Amino acid sequence: MRRFFLLALAAVSACGSVPAPVSPDKAGGDLSVFAAASLTEAFKAAGTGFKAAHPGSNPTFNFAGTPTLLTQLLQGAGADVFASADQPNMQKAVDAKLVAGAPRVFATNKLEIVVGAGNPKHISGLADLARADVLYITEAPDVPAAKYAAQALAAAGVKPAPRSLEADVKGVVSKVALGEADAGIVYVTDVRAARGRVSGVAIPDAQNPRAGYLVAEVRAAHNPYGARAFVDYLLSAGGQQALQGFGFTPP
Amino acid sequence: MSLAAEVGLQLGRLRLDVSLAAGGAEVVALLGPNGAGKTTFLRALAGLVPLDAGRVELDGVTFEDPVRRVFVPTERRPIGVVFQDYLLFPHLSVLDNVAFGLRSRGTGRKTADGRARDWLERLDLAAYATARPDSLSGGQRQRVALARALATDPRLLLLDEPLAALDASTRAEVRRDLKRHLASFEGIRLLVTHDPLEAIALADRLVVLESGTVTQSGTPAEVTARPRSQYVADLVGVNLFRGAAAGGVLSLAGGGLLAVADAAAGDVFAVVHPRAVAVHRQRPEGSPRNVWRGRAEGVELAGDRARVRVSGEISLVAEVTPAAVAELALAAGGEVWISVKATEVAVYPA
Amino acid sequence: MTRPRRERVPAALGMLAGLGAAFFILPLAGLLARAPWGDALTALSAPETLEALRLSLVASLTATAVSLLLGVPLAWVYARVEFPGRNLLRALTTLPMVLPPVVGGIALLLAFGRRGLLGMLLERGFGITLPFTTAGVVMAETFVSMPFLVLTVEAGLRSLDSRYEEAARTLGAGRWTVLGRVTLPLIAPSLFAGAVLSWARALGEFGATITFAGNFPGRTQTMPLAVYLLLESRPEASFILSLVLLAVSLAVLVGLRDRWLGSP
Repeated sequence: MRRFFLLALAAVSACGSVPAPVSPDKAGGDLSVFAAASLTEAFKAAGTGFKAAHPGSNPTFNFAGTPTLLTQLLQGAGADVFASADQPNMQKAVDAKLVAGAPRVFATNKLEIVVGAGNPKHISGLADLARADVLYITEAPDVPAAKYAAQALAAAGVKPAPRSLEADVKGVVSKVALGEADAGIVYVTDVRAARGRVSGVAIPDAQNPRAGYLVAEVRAAHNPYGARAFVDYLLSAGGQQALQGFGFTPP
Repeated sequence: MSLAAEVGLQLGRLRLDVSLAAGGAEVVALLGPNGAGKTTFLRALAGLVPLDAGRVELDGVTFEDPVRRVFVPTERRPIGVVFQDYLLFPHLSVLDNVAFGLRSRGTGRKTADGRARDWLERLDLAAYATARPDSLSGGQRQRVALARALATDPRLLLLDEPLAALDASTRAEVRRDLKRHLASFEGIRLLVTHDPLEAIALADRLVVLESGTVTQSGTPAEVTARPRSQYVADLVGVNLFRGAAAGGVLSLAGGGLLAVADAAAGDVFAVVHPRAVAVHRQRPEGSPRNVWRGRAEGVELAGDRARVRVSGEISLVAEVTPAAVAELALAAGGEVWISVKATEVAVYPA
Repeated sequence: MTRPRRERVPAALGMLAGLGAAFFILPLAGLLARAPWGDALTALSAPETLEALRLSLVASLTATAVSLLLGVPLAWVYARVEFPGRNLLRALTTLPMVLPPVVGGIALLLAFGRRGLLGMLLERGFGITLPFTTAGVVMAETFVSMPFLVLTVEAGLRSLDSRYEEAARTLGAGRWTVLGRVTLPLIAPSLFAGAVLSWARALGEFGATITFAGNFPGRTQTMPLAVYLLLESRPEASFILSLVLLAVSLAVLVGLRDRWLGSP
């Protein structure tokens, strides 16, 4: 009987369900971060930095179009941190009482035209997007990038006809990278992350809206300390360095 | 009006090698045990199975000749086939079934339906024109199948075991009707069956097919009077022997000698009717020239007769009365003596 | 036929079966319970919804028509013709049934996309692009749904006694007459079941469609895509659309119950 007990204990330890030694860092443990798709590469790097700063923490990420994340949160998905690509979506989260404390702007982004590697169709600016020989796609209307793109196009007085409305910026990037579409409007960070597979064409600052990214702790978080620590990290030098390394601009 | 068919083909383990000719004046029945190749022969005539060698010719037109690479596809042969299980189209009414052949060959709907109705009348099926095949009895379905095959005025009518799918009670009646309808058909009629009664009742000429080859051919009377194979002998119910005859003695192929009254010579068949075989418990004395020893192997009672199987140097079947069986205790088996009068042995050339 | 006897269900078996049933019933019940019935009419009559409905119907019916046109001959070949590699070919053409639909979409892109095997030829030679078009939607839906039709029709052909066709030929029917007046009518139940199954699958197709044809209202935004995207902006509308799709699927299942479960 005693031997069985010891065996069972050993088995359970081997499964890892015995808790790790208690760390003095209350921010440790699993951390669920819901972040806009355009933050994919930058947040993964930030996550690595965060783990180094807070040993014992385990941040996991759910990247998707901001509206998708919002819906998941509204339906009760368990997240600790929510990073939105625009203010309106974050406001909806606040209005739904999903957020603890006040959301903070932690980075900004600019738009860029994404084209195939080497710019085979010789696109030089927003006006070219309306060309008959250019297959232009964009994001679904509720995705923040689509709204910003609409602003930019309105400022330039161009009305291209998109052939598809993708669920997020990454969808646009991959279709352009595959050669199925000729151009789309995404963030500079997206073009940079896909460097080699696509090329970018700059949008003049006059027409380029500044996209502000907001982050907030989720009210029903399982790991509130971890959430606070992550938000602080993003705003700290270490986090900002990670973000700017991928092309984001300071808030 | 003539059919000349030389069919040589191999299908699985069956090797078919049949030469058959038929005219319009007679109904020919191809009779044989299951597996003999009868249905395969029929299908070959219909063009459903290709020949390896031979020739099929109807009224001077060659349907198939592998050597000269002639092959008329099934749908262009002027034939009518009644299949063993009728194969009436379940999704069509009786009328549409009968009209099918006409409509497939291009006849307009109204004409085809009219002719189909005529046929239904002739076969007493007018009341069932709108019925579905699965609501008919076996005998009715057989008639529909016949009407369907005849409606296109074929020159060759092929029937595959036409009565096999019927139960015994309806068979006799349907057989009579079928004989009548066959008689009024003017083309060549060939039917295939394993049932000797069917063959004898319906046919003017029998062709016996065993294991792919023809063993005998003739009128029913000729065939039954002079069996040339064990199969036919069994059908008729007689003992058949074969051997070399010389000087009143027949040296049997299986060993043994048979005294015969005929002055026959050479390779011959000999038939001994079971009635002509006497069974004794002791060696008999008397006039019969053919006496030998054997063992009683079994007794079958059939009404007021009994058939005893005797094995020995010459094995055969004897027919005696049940009283004799009881008196001699033949059911118990044991040694017996057989005697057959030489005059009771019918001999004919092989 | 005797009535099946009422067998006593062993407790453990019954519990597991109950869990299994609950697993399916609860999500559907959730959908029914949370659907905003009050807004149903407005949601359904919104232009995007009607567009998606219309496009779904047109595309799925076209996909079914194509499946019939190409699938029946394919089923016939599988059932009647022996040739080397038949089993492999049959496995390949059945693959979309088990393949994740997105993978199917990617495969379609690689074949018919602008840089695809055939797609490149089409674009350079004829200026035709298939992705992002309604034709692309039809292609994606056909790709995933045709195997259902082929399988069902092939099974029907195999169980058909080929001697009916022989009988028809002895009556003078040529190949096409046999096909049209005997074979097809006799397999009509399988044809119908296969077409309906295939249509239902086409109607619900999402992964291959969004990957290959993209998403644009009126042109490529079918109902499943609309549901997915509406989920972000107007969840209530997406619930209602989900219910519409659910109702259609249920109707198909109930209607085909006997065929699917294989009763005579």
